[in-house]
Amino acid sequence: MASAQTQLVQGLNALAAGLVLLAAFGMVTTRQVQGVLRFLIVQSLFVAASAFLIGFNRCSVDLLALGCIMIASKVITIPWVLRRLLPGELYERREIDQFINIPTSLLIALLLAIAAEFLVGPLVTASADPVVQANLPIGMAGLLIGAYSLIARREAIPQLIGILAMENGAFFAGIAVAPDLPLIAELAIAIDVILIVVVVGVLTRNITRAVGTTEAAAMSELREEPRRWR
Amino acid sequence: MALIVVVALPLLAAFLCWLRPLRRIAWVSTVILLALTLSAAVFTAWQVLLTGRVIAIAGWFEADGLSALLLLMVTFVCTVAAIYSGGYMRHETQSQDRLWWFYSNYNLFVFSLVAVPALARVNLVWVAVELVTLFATLLVGYESTPGALEAAWKMAILTIMGAPISLFGFLTLYWAFRTAGGGTSETWQSLCAMAATMSPSLLKLSFLLVFVGFGAKAGLAPMHTWLPDAHSQAPTPICAVLSGMKTTIPLYAVLRLLSVVLGSPDARIGEWMVILGLFSVGIAAFLLLQVRDYKRMFAYSTVEHMGIILTATGFATHAAAYGAVAQMLNHSITKSLCFYAAGMVLLALETRQISRVRGLFRISPFAGSALLLCSLAIAGAPPFPIFLSEFSILSAGLRSGHSAAVIVLAILIVIAFVAIFLQINSMLFGEPSPAATPVLAPRSCRTAILLAVAPVLVFGIYIPGPVHSLMTLAAQQLGGH
Repeated sequence: MASAQTQLVQGLNALAAGLVLLAAFGMVTTRQVQGVLRFLIVQSLFVAASAFLIGFNRCSVDLLALGCIMIASKVITIPWVLRRLLPGELYERREIDQFINIPTSLLIALLLAIAAEFLVGPLVTASADPVVQANLPIGMAGLLIGAYSLIARREAIPQLIGILAMENGAFFAGIAVAPDLPLIAELAIAIDVILIVVVVGVLTRNITRAVGTTEAAAMSELREEPRRWR
Repeated sequence: MALIVVVALPLLAAFLCWLRPLRRIAWVSTVILLALTLSAAVFTAWQVLLTGRVIAIAGWFEADGLSALLLLMVTFVCTVAAIYSGGYMRHETQSQDRLWWFYSNYNLFVFSLVAVPALARVNLVWVAVELVTLFATLLVGYESTPGALEAAWKMAILTIMGAPISLFGFLTLYWAFRTAGGGTSETWQSLCAMAATMSPSLLKLSFLLVFVGFGAKAGLAPMHTWLPDAHSQAPTPICAVLSGMKTTIPLYAVLRLLSVVLGSPDARIGEWMVILGLFSVGIAAFLLLQVRDYKRMFAYSTVEHMGIILTATGFATHAAAYGAVAQMLNHSITKSLCFYAAGMVLLALETRQISRVRGLFRISPFAGSALLLCSLAIAGAPPFPIFLSEFSILSAGLRSGHSAAVIVLAILIVIAFVAIFLQINSMLFGEPSPAATPVLAPRSCRTAILLAVAPVLVFGIYIPGPVHSLMTLAAQQLGGH
């Protein structure tokens, strides 16, 4: 029988998992770039909270450090980098163009969350660890919903935020399935994510200067035109 | 120790190119330091041949046959491409004052490319592969024209989207490794040793995720769409490395993981690899028939060859693994040569359209003969090395009982062959347009082409003993039975 403290931590962790999923839904339904970024920060905070909770319960320094890395990279550094590189993009443009309207998007996100449950279901039932049971399906759902918002949105910054949301999903599952990943690997992954933001941010800035828009759909100069053989 | 040098020298070169007083000689320092890297890689490969495994820092930096071969390929292709850049970039680029930035970034790109095979720790391999993508994106967008930026953006979104997916895969892999009783030191070697005891369903899920994530970077269909755009827009020496190595390196990581999965009981994943590989070859073969841009043509040929390598490893026998390793080597040396020749054409005629190039032999005999030679070699005509490796893959497939797949593969290879020749034929012969004037290529470009031609000519006729033993060692790491 698990101790009262462990039960409390597991309950709180399940709450954090629910909030991570809710933040993912929030990202899909928000139409302002600023709002999407805020939901990403909130989601990252809950991922870090899950790492802190489990790290505290298992007395794992690695997990506590992972939580700190998460906050330092996703909550502090990445929003700062985005605001430095792309102030205009974040504040001036308000509405995001989307292929599919918001209610349908929400429905698709729900279906993806259910699909994630089925995808990792066999693995979850095989593991007796309640932390895995909470984090793995939610992490997979976060990954899929992030991928969906990346595909559905046509502008640079929301697409980048979609990639970061996918990364949050992978991290959230990682807290449960790979809690003792060597710290140097965690650190390298976090630095890599920051580099992704810097590179894509610089690219977006150059595109805005050269093309005048960051609508990915507006860029369609390169494509295959069939050759006619005489 | 030589292994550490291989990884450290490109980093040093990047730093030197970035230093303000040394910016003027960025090209010279890049070429010298990369040549030193190449010799260190040769030394590492020699050590691997003697001892079977080089351990620089146990559990972190190790090299076996496969990684030593990859290190040789990366350093050779990147050094020759650096030599080629000298003359090419001086003539072709719009942004001359940022050339130091180009070389600095190029060296970082080389660093990330050599880090992937040199690293033994599986989670760090993920980081290194992601770095490859990021530096490649910056290099593709170097010219900052709308076309180049669009190509860089497409490449960034498609390949970086794979990053979290493959990260999920690697974390699942670590989970499988830990629950099977492995320690915290998860290296390729310990993974292979534990393959039989790891949970097959976890292994399959992690392989699937890594395959999706890294397959996009390797340019496997249907995630290949960024590849032709990037190759038509990037500076030509970058195309040579993109096609020769940037696609091979993620595929290397996938194949390493595949050998682990094939080691677990009840894995029918080999059949799936054959099907997906054939799909890539088929898509590429038919797109080759209808391209209009010769740089895009070579890009589709890369998709074709990645598919062939994947199909070969799907056959899962030792002979097929040897064919796959040989195909990797031959493809990267031949494909980089193709782009050097294509760059010559671009320098001479300033167009990428196949239909606007006529009578190349008369305009520039050097570019014409280089293009003819490399197209024969890449399409797989005898006596070039790709013919040999494709032949050994087909015969290994027949012997492993995949005759249907072998027949399909052979037909598709023939279609691709015909397609490449229809296109090249119209470029090489005929009356040149009156506006075209004979052009003498820059000396560094001609030197690079001569250097790149040498192995393509030699390996088709005679494979030196050490190279053969290294490829045999590498094939053993890929597994098969």
